[in-house]
Amino acid sequence: MRRDLRVFIIGEDVAEAGTPFKVLSGLVRQFGPERVIDSPISEAGIAGIGVGAAMTGMRPVVDIMFGDFVTLIMDQVVNQAAKIHYMSGGKLKVPLVIRTTLGATRRSAAQHSQSLHAWFSHIPGLKVAVPSTPYDAKGLLKSAIRDDNPVIIFEDKLMYQLKGPVPDDDYTIPFGVADIKRAGTDITMVATSSMVQVALAAAGMLEKEGISAEVVDVRTTAPLDKETIVESAKKTSRAIVIDEGYERYGVTAEIAAVIAEGAFYNLDAPVKRMGAMDVPVPFSPALEDLTVPTPESVAEAAKKLCGKP
Amino acid sequence: MPQSRGTRVRARATDTTKADSERLLRFYRQMMKIRLFEEQVNQLYLSAKMPGLAHLYIGQEAVAVGICEALKPDDYITSTHRGHGHCIAKGAAVDRMFAELLGKADGYCRGKGGSMHIADQDTGNLGANAIVGGSAGIATGAAMSAKMRKSGQVAVCFFGEGALGQGLLYETMNMASLWKLPVIYVCENNLYNEYTHYTETTAGKVDARPEAFGIEAETIDGQDVVLVHETALRMVEQARRGDGPSFLLCNTYRYHGHHVGDVDRAYYRPKKEEEEWRTQRDPIQLLTEQLETNKIADDNALATIEGELRGEIEAAVQFALAAPYPDASEVDKHVYA
Repeated sequence: MRRDLRVFIIGEDVAEAGTPFKVLSGLVRQFGPERVIDSPISEAGIAGIGVGAAMTGMRPVVDIMFGDFVTLIMDQVVNQAAKIHYMSGGKLKVPLVIRTTLGATRRSAAQHSQSLHAWFSHIPGLKVAVPSTPYDAKGLLKSAIRDDNPVIIFEDKLMYQLKGPVPDDDYTIPFGVADIKRAGTDITMVATSSMVQVALAAAGMLEKEGISAEVVDVRTTAPLDKETIVESAKKTSRAIVIDEGYERYGVTAEIAAVIAEGAFYNLDAPVKRMGAMDVPVPFSPALEDLTVPTPESVAEAAKKLCGKP
Repeated sequence: MPQSRGTRVRARATDTTKADSERLLRFYRQMMKIRLFEEQVNQLYLSAKMPGLAHLYIGQEAVAVGICEALKPDDYITSTHRGHGHCIAKGAAVDRMFAELLGKADGYCRGKGGSMHIADQDTGNLGANAIVGGSAGIATGAAMSAKMRKSGQVAVCFFGEGALGQGLLYETMNMASLWKLPVIYVCENNLYNEYTHYTETTAGKVDARPEAFGIEAETIDGQDVVLVHETALRMVEQARRGDGPSFLLCNTYRYHGHHVGDVDRAYYRPKKEEEEWRTQRDPIQLLTEQLETNKIADDNALATIEGELRGEIEAAVQFALAAPYPDASEVDKHVYA
C-alpha cells in the first residue's frame, strides 16, 4: 500500500477492528479510512465493487472474513472476475485480490470451518495461493496484489498464531513454484496451507522411525507446479497428498492425478490422498478432530506406504 | 425526493425549443442506427449466419441514446444481455460489433465474448453481462474507482426490471449511497422478465427501493428520448458534483421476444399490446414528430439519414461476414493477463 496508491482494502471490520483475527490491526491508522474501508455485511457487493474498481485502474483487496462466506461471492468471482479478460479478447484486466481464510479445529462448526480453495482452483482465469508460513504469506500476498489477474489467497486461521521469520524487505514469491519445505528420500508428502505444518510434524515423527519424508508445499494450487511434485515423487517412489479441503473431488484428487500421470512408472505404492472427511464440519471437539488429517494420521499412512506398519 | 412524472405519450413541442437541433438529429441518427443494426441481427439469425442467439433492443432505443448522450467518452457504462443498443449509443463501431456477434477475429472481443459479453473499453463500455444484475457490482466499483482516482468520471449501470429480483443490486445501491459514489442506476422496465410479466415477480413499488437507500429516484417515459436525456443530464451532473448516486426508472418495451428465437409469444403477452407500443409509443416515431413539428428536419432529410445508415449497416455486415474466424491458437490465449 505504501508502494502503490492504487491498492486499497475493503471488507467487514477491516478498519478499526482490524478483522476479528486482528491481522489488520493498525492498518487504518497508517493508511486512513479511504484506503482501509469498513463495508456493510455484503460479500457479493464488495466482491463486485472490487471487480469494477480493478477493471478501472485500482488494485483492490477484498477481505472475506471466513472462507465459508465465499459462497456469497461466487458469481462475482467465477462468472465476472475470472472471465472478463478472456471474454473481452484480452482488453480488460481484473487485478483483484480476495483475501479469505480456511481451516477447521477452531470449534466454529460447519459454516465457519471449511477449506473451499478447490472451488476456485477449478476455474480458468483465477489464481489461488495457499501460504503455509508467515514468510510465504507475505511473499505470496505481495505477488497477488501485483498480479494482473484475480487471485484468491486463503490464510489458515489457526496459522495466525504461528510465528516465523519475516524479513522487512520487499520480497515476492512467484506463483506456480512449489517449495520443498523439507528434503527426504523415502516418501513425498505434497501438502497445502495448514497441512504443510501437519506434514512437517509427521515428517519429524517419521524420522524417528527411520523414514525420510520430503515435504513439498505447492504454495499455489493454481497455477500448480506439477514439475516439482512429479520429480519429488519419482525420486522417493511414494507419495501422500494432504489438504484440508474435502477429499471428494478435491485438491488431493487433482494432485494425486498429476503424480499418477507423471510418475506412475516410478511409484512403489498407490498415491494416498488425505483430505477433510466428507462431512459438514461438526461442532463437538470430540467429532471435529476426527475430520482433518493430523501428524499422527499422516505418519501412520506414510508408514503403511513404506511397508512399515 | 423522488419525483414521479408518470408516462407521456405525445412528443412535446416546447422541449425542442430548448434543445439544440443538431443534438436532436444526433439522437435520431443513433436511435435509427440501433434499430437498423438490430433488424440486421435478426436477419442474420433467421438466415442462420449468426451462431447462438441475441436479445434485441428494438423499442428501447430512447433509453440508451438519451442516457449515453449525456455522458463523456471516458464515462463508464455497464450493460446487459440486451446490450447492443448501449454499446452503439456509447460510441462503438457497428462493423466490429457485427464481427463480434459472428464470432470473428475482428470483433471487439476477438470473437471470444459474443453478443452477451461485448465490451469496448475505448468508449467506456465495461461490458454486457449475461448474469441478470451481474454488472451492478462492476458499475458501482467503477464509480468507486473514479471517486478514489478523483477522475471526475461517472458510471451508468443499465439493467432490466428483471434485475430487481437480484440481491447484488441492493447491496451495491446501499454502498453507493453510503459513500456517495458517482453512479446512476438505470432500470429499463420493458415489462417482461423473460417470459413473465414483471408484476408477477415484483412486489411493492420499484422506486421505493432506491428511496429506501436514500437514493433519488425518478420514473419517466423511456420512449421520450428528450425526457430521458434531460433527466440523465441532471443525474450525471449530480454524480459529477460528488452528490452521489441516483436511480432512473424508464418505462419502455421490447418489440421482439426475449431473444431472437422467441417468436411465438402470445402465451405471455398479447399481440394487441405489442401493436399499441409499436404504433403509439415508438421512440423513433415520437422523435420524428418532434423534429418535423419543430421544422428541424422533414421527411426527406430523415430519409436521407436513414439511407446513409442503411449503407453503413450493410457495409458493416459485409465486413463481418468476410472477416476471418479467430485462429485455433487463440483458444487458450487471454485466460490470464
